[in-house]
Amino acid sequence: MTLPSPSAGPNPSGDSLWSRIMAHDLTYLFFRSPLTVVAAILSMAIMLAALMAPWLASMDPFDPAQVFLADANIPPVWQDGGDPRFVLGTDDQGRDLYSAILYGMRVSLVIGLSGVALAATIGITLGLVAGYAGGRIDAVIMRVADVQLTFPAILIALLVNGVVQALSKGSSRETWAFGVLILSIGLSFWVQYARTIRGSTLIEKNKDYIHAARLVGQPTPLILLRHLLPNVIGPVLVILTINLGLAIITEATLSFLGVGLPPTQPSLGTLISIGNKYLFSGDWWIVTFPGLTLAVFVLSINLIGDWLRDALNPRLQ
Amino acid sequence: MLAFIIRRILQSCMVLLTVALLAFTMFRFVGDPVAQIVSLDTPAEEVRKVRESLGLDDPVVVQMGRYLYKAVQLDFGISYQFRQPVIELLAERAPATLELALISSFLSLAIGIPMGVYTALRRDSLFARVFQSISLVGVSLPTFLIGILLIYLFAVTLGWLPSFGRGQVVTVSGRWTTGLLTASGLKALILPSITLGLYQMTLIMRLVRAEMLEVLRSDHIKFARARGLTTRAIHFRHALKSTLVPVITIAGLQLGSIIAFAVITETVFQWPGMGALFLKAVQNVDIPIMAAYLMIISALFVTINMVVDLLYAFVDPRLRATIKG
Repeated sequence: MTLPSPSAGPNPSGDSLWSRIMAHDLTYLFFRSPLTVVAAILSMAIMLAALMAPWLASMDPFDPAQVFLADANIPPVWQDGGDPRFVLGTDDQGRDLYSAILYGMRVSLVIGLSGVALAATIGITLGLVAGYAGGRIDAVIMRVADVQLTFPAILIALLVNGVVQALSKGSSRETWAFGVLILSIGLSFWVQYARTIRGSTLIEKNKDYIHAARLVGQPTPLILLRHLLPNVIGPVLVILTINLGLAIITEATLSFLGVGLPPTQPSLGTLISIGNKYLFSGDWWIVTFPGLTLAVFVLSINLIGDWLRDALNPRLQ
Repeated sequence: MLAFIIRRILQSCMVLLTVALLAFTMFRFVGDPVAQIVSLDTPAEEVRKVRESLGLDDPVVVQMGRYLYKAVQLDFGISYQFRQPVIELLAERAPATLELALISSFLSLAIGIPMGVYTALRRDSLFARVFQSISLVGVSLPTFLIGILLIYLFAVTLGWLPSFGRGQVVTVSGRWTTGLLTASGLKALILPSITLGLYQMTLIMRLVRAEMLEVLRSDHIKFARARGLTTRAIHFRHALKSTLVPVITIAGLQLGSIIAFAVITETVFQWPGMGALFLKAVQNVDIPIMAAYLMIISALFVTINMVVDLLYAFVDPRLRATIKG
């Protein structure tokens, strides 16, 4: 493993998990960096709030029976014309902005996490296969990766989106928007995982334990999953963190551009896009609060990712 | 050396061919070209004629060859939504995008490099920390949010700058329209180019800082110190020079992605460029435009990549040695 080993000194085997975590180098470094602690608390809080949206929100913005057009574009409660029912105001369809943000964050998170998971699965599998098999398979996979790396993720996501839209003519956007967003993110971010995993696989596959596993006749898939994978997965942790931020930005951007989620199932990006239309009439709150939530969350994730990269970098220790 | 150049060019051609194959697949199989031209009550005979005139009954390989042959001559077919040749639509909008992209790259270099040098030389000063924090925010904020923020501040609240369009443009040398020659055109460029360039700027700043810190530790700088040169000469004559080589390379490579990222900026600012056209094509399933844009952008990327690689081979003696060996 490339993770730093537990701190030196005798470590009685009877230690509880908690005290072992607390004694870990990573934990020590974590509490040494106050900014990272703040970022972790913020991102945890936002994730928890999104998870518990049905209990925290004052209404279900997806339920048409609870939304009234008469409540549209009400400013936040501290401004003239504010309504105590809607603390942060309402959007153009009369949805409570606070509830819509909670539910929207939930949508953004689910898509971001699934997209990253898909990208990691594709990338890790292809990276393992390319590195272990070598030869022509390796060449083909890495060539594809090279070609794709020259295109920005957002462009690939847009293309995937357009192609699916063409293939699914007739059926409404609601039915496939979710899956397509996850697919676009998965297909645009796999390269980094594949390259990293392939690099470590090339080194690990010539070590004795792999030779030993091969000699005792274990099947190749088992060798890849049981022996190789745990030893090359370390660096992926950093990419995962940084990619989550990127994936959420990508989803928001696609929804903002009007090729993501429809206004009936708003993510943060959709809310910002709605708010953008009302910016000129002075309804600043519709774009501000979802935008702020998105910015704070992504910034926190990036801060954690940055810290993790430095903390796991053996050259900086 | 010649072998390397030929191999590199062949490699680029292979990549382009792959992309063209992809574009053709999209063009031929994703959208039905006939359905876009005929209406529901067109007689079957008419439909058959259209199919024939488009050559859709020929073997796929022949169609692929024809598509490639036309694409090389910049004939990408006719847009479904505008009923106009795709290449005309793209050519009409290319100046807007290229101008925006070039100004943004220039801005990101002109601001990013000094900021990077400063943060490397005065690592612990207050401004260096401020710049570092700004760069993290710049990386974290999505492009469209930055655009909205700038519009709200400078267009809606202060009313200093326009929030959409290119302003007044003048036509130079036949078809090229430019906004660089009029006051309103220049004013309209400010917000979009900042929006588009901010991400690159933070990237370049971080890169310059990292490279500079690395170079300042190297032997030839130590030697320059030992010779008793002034700090200014060491920093700006020796260190900066070796820092800039990789930075210029990255900036060159980034030019392609700036043009691609223009899709977002052009949408926020209603900038009449190629990116906005592409987005409209994605929304309205206008496959010919999507395929053409894909091919043009990839041709651009591949060319830039190749030129950078070849330049490196010419400049770097170590690389030259490995190519020979």
